[in-house]
Amino acid sequence: MAELLQILISGLAAGSIYALAAVGFTLLWQASQTINFAQGEFVMLPAFFVLIGMTVFGLPLWLSIFLGLGLALLILGVAFKRLIVEPMLPHGTLPLVIATIALGLLMKESVKEFYGATAQPFPPIFPQTVYHIAGASVSVQDICNLIVSMLAIGGLQLFLSRTRTGRCMQASAQNPGVAEILGVNVKRMVLYTFLINAALATIASVLISPIYLAKFSNGETLGLVAFIAAIVGGFNQIRGALVGGLLIGVIDNFSAVYISAQYRSAMPLILLIIIILLRPQGLLGTPEGRTV
Amino acid sequence: MIKKLLSATAMVLALGAMPALADLKVGSIVELSGPGAAAGTNFRDGVHMGFEEINAQGGILKEKVEILEYDSQTDPQVSRALVQKAIDENVYAIMGTVFSSSTVVNMMVAKQYGIPQFTGSEAPSITAKGNPYIFRTAFGSQKGVPKLVKYMVDKMGVKKVGVAWANTEFGKGGHQAFIDEAKKAGLEIVVDVPSEQAQADFSADVLKLKNSDADAFFVYYTEEESARFLREARKQGISKPLLGETTLVGHKVIELAGEAANGAAGHVGLTPDANVPALKEMVERFKAKYKYTPDHNAIKGYIGAWTLKYVTELAGKPDSKAIAEKLHGLTLKASEYPGVLMDVSWDDTGEMSRESFFVKVENGKQVVDAILPPN
Repeated sequence: MAELLQILISGLAAGSIYALAAVGFTLLWQASQTINFAQGEFVMLPAFFVLIGMTVFGLPLWLSIFLGLGLALLILGVAFKRLIVEPMLPHGTLPLVIATIALGLLMKESVKEFYGATAQPFPPIFPQTVYHIAGASVSVQDICNLIVSMLAIGGLQLFLSRTRTGRCMQASAQNPGVAEILGVNVKRMVLYTFLINAALATIASVLISPIYLAKFSNGETLGLVAFIAAIVGGFNQIRGALVGGLLIGVIDNFSAVYISAQYRSAMPLILLIIIILLRPQGLLGTPEGRTV
Repeated sequence: MIKKLLSATAMVLALGAMPALADLKVGSIVELSGPGAAAGTNFRDGVHMGFEEINAQGGILKEKVEILEYDSQTDPQVSRALVQKAIDENVYAIMGTVFSSSTVVNMMVAKQYGIPQFTGSEAPSITAKGNPYIFRTAFGSQKGVPKLVKYMVDKMGVKKVGVAWANTEFGKGGHQAFIDEAKKAGLEIVVDVPSEQAQADFSADVLKLKNSDADAFFVYYTEEESARFLREARKQGISKPLLGETTLVGHKVIELAGEAANGAAGHVGLTPDANVPALKEMVERFKAKYKYTPDHNAIKGYIGAWTLKYVTELAGKPDSKAIAEKLHGLTLKASEYPGVLMDVSWDDTGEMSRESFFVKVENGKQVVDAILPPN
């Protein structure tokens, strides 16, 4: 029982961070039909912004996180939309996908070039205290990671459903033409989506880097897992991405303990194949028709 | 006109009569990116510092050494291609690679061309393949592990042990060496957990270890994996001793794992904290030059560079085959050959023997607990 509880907590904590990145996939897809294959690198990069704040400018951790958030909003939000998405989108989804793959490589190699290829220690933002509950060791860091991720995704859901701007964003995503006729500034709404994605990536980066360490190659695994999570949960639903992320985090840990540590990385892919065969729209996704 | 022609001819003849100014080329093929970057960067810097000092003191056989540098990307196939490239560019010796998975692949190329190769790898299989051109700069784990097992049994009273290891060429070598020694010493292996290369999430691995009734754990990962493992072990509150080799208690691991490294202990072939004057001086020069504390890989690279100088001069010519022959069965004493820092010997397989250390991590620093004799 204690072991199950332990696996569940570790899995949910890791899965909630995957969910943050997966939500970014779904947001960008809904807002601008962008499949961002640089999403893993979007999560990798802000950790280095924070480290630059601390090591180059000598700022305290919390101020460096704000600096990282600011730079992420600017580079991963505004600049990404203006310099990559807007020029490429008129040429179709495929060129944009290729452009994001290229962007991911560029970001990875740039970090390697300017910051180094070795992993960097990243300071934990939560206490390293461990509590023993019902025989399981529950770390404050895991619980805090889970809470922060849930708050971020819950807050996003509330923002999208309860505020005027959020509803305008949803309207822009569902039918940009009609939304524009109704007076919604669609371009601005799409920009908001990119900014939210950058903010979520920053939160994921700050939460996961103390565990994974900050390294230029972190995006490879994270991007793939988040992409799978988004498909498993449902690419067109935020709550789907949340469920997908949590599910993959838990399955990964369960399979490593009870099936095989060697094949743990294959488990999410097996899950992906099963979902595509049985429920192509994902667990919580809705089927989308397309005119051909 | 005739005067000008004569003087030009004289100049050409004079230049032709001068000895060749061609440098001795050495290939440095190490992991500068990928999972092995931490180890490779240290090794590369050690090699550079060694040859810079050698050049400043007149070079090898009065010729300067030119280093041709390559990044293996921690990819065995890339490393193999780069060894070939270095040989095509006429290197007379090769430094690297550090990751055993790469070395077992690329050393076959160096062997084919008869080029001596000084590796930082520690997998036992490397010197067990009958390759006359491979030489270690630190002894293999099959030599270190017996010392560690003896310490675990005799000094710590361990009876049951758990093993966590990386499922790579490096990890397999250390794992097998430990299993063999543990059996000989009567240790019971109660849990055996392999993990993948560059694994990031160790929660399941640590949980498996934690739920066993082991008295202590043998942990055998690369530096970055070790750091992640130690952080997770701290998070899950593992209180039993975590023991390993250099890759568990090295300086890079301590830097990456932070407080989580405290309490880890292990056997190290080389440590910058050892109370060996020549080693301490080398560490200070390195710190002044590169602005970071070298780990064992930097010391390996440095010793590799100086070993090449000494053995080339003992052979009397920069001839690859003569150097390889000379190095088998050679002992270099630090009193006569200060660049090797500590007395060292190579056997007929290229394996080396040297004193080593048992260290514990306390307050973020390695503390030498015991000096272990060569075996």
